[in-house]
Amino acid sequence: MAETSAPAKLDPAELIACPQCDALHRAEHLPEGTRARCVRCKTLLIVPRERSFLHVIALSFTGMILMIGAIFFPFLEISARGLTHESSIFGVAMAFSDGWLAPLAFAVLSMIVAIPVFRFLALIYTLWPLANGQPAWPHAALIFRLAEEAQPWAMAEIFIIGTAVALVKIAGLAQVSLGPAFWAFCVLIIVTTLKNSFVSKWVIWDEIEQK
Amino acid sequence: MNVLTATDAGFTGCTRCGRVWPREDSHCGRCGAKLHTVDRHGLQAVWAWWLAGLIFYIPANFYPMLLTQTLTGEQKNTIVGGAIELWRHHNYGVALIVFGASVLIPIGKFIAIAYLALAVGNERRRGGHPHLHLYEVVEFIGRWSMIDVFVVAILSALVQLGFVASIHPGPAAASFALSVAFTMLSAQSFDPRLIWRGPERVTSA
Ligand SMILES: [Zn+2]
Ligand SMILES: [Zn+2]
Repeated sequence: MAETSAPAKLDPAELIACPQCDALHRAEHLPEGTRARCVRCKTLLIVPRERSFLHVIALSFTGMILMIGAIFFPFLEISARGLTHESSIFGVAMAFSDGWLAPLAFAVLSMIVAIPVFRFLALIYTLWPLANGQPAWPHAALIFRLAEEAQPWAMAEIFIIGTAVALVKIAGLAQVSLGPAFWAFCVLIIVTTLKNSFVSKWVIWDEIEQK
Repeated sequence: MNVLTATDAGFTGCTRCGRVWPREDSHCGRCGAKLHTVDRHGLQAVWAWWLAGLIFYIPANFYPMLLTQTLTGEQKNTIVGGAIELWRHHNYGVALIVFGASVLIPIGKFIAIAYLALAVGNERRRGGHPHLHLYEVVEFIGRWSMIDVFVVAILSALVQLGFVASIHPGPAAASFALSVAFTMLSAQSFDPRLIWRGPERVTSA
């Protein structure tokens, strides 16, 4: 990967433009373990992870299973003066379902369940044929791009910090016990982080284009 | 360092996948994203979302976030009130997290985005690094403001113990969530490639 210097005979198919500063670079397949940064702004451009597709698929399946567990098992339970009440993740989103706050329930459910699930499914859909050496399935480019664009709106890790803050706030009011869904969600965040570290955008785009 | 950019070479770079296309193409042939030339037009969207975020941030601070009913009576907490309450109960760390996520980050973000959008074209050609770092921090940290919305959701879902204690969300939860979403969209609308363009080239574009 070298800084380009001869604008006369540039083939756009061989180039990569830094998304943060527009600097042109010649795109190349790099050996595993190396990484290419933008010469100007040092943004990571290419992290080769040629054989990581199966890792991403496996972690995405794991994430899906954890999410199903997180939805159906109890999340938190409180008790005070003989009264108890438990809530699932679904119940947390539905806290806003009364009256005019209803759209917020939908938004919360999207941020903590729907968008993470969509991203898992999208990665499986995109990478499954590529990992098997087959051409990408129809609309894989659109689906992978939407999955990337949805990333900032997947807020599972922020939700868990919110849970921790909520636990501190309730502490004086009642006893709280953590349900299986809470732990499933914590593992889900680790799995998601691990999965993201195996995703190399440039390699995936290159494979989608070539097959 | 004199760097050749896609724009200089007569191309448009796709900001989603990095692929480079001839100037006349309107969509990326690989990922399908709309191609944007590096110019100031995108700043209108930045300012529109910024203003929307600011407008919703004001009621978010005046209306209650939480309505708590306990045996001792009813209590309404605003965003700042909730942080002060935690501080008074000696939960200093958590109080600082809530204050940081709900007050410092949003206000810092309004200032940072406005500064970046106003400074575009006034950077020296080589001096883009601090501005790009600021932009990356804003993009990374902005989502964390959503913490308080989740806190309200969890408390309202969980604390339903009839007359002993019950918590309901207040109107500020919705306007705060909208404010965070709008400022996220504002930051996403900002094109960091503008930072590197230098004065005369930004204005002529
Ligand atoms: Zn760059
Ligand atoms: Zn593209």
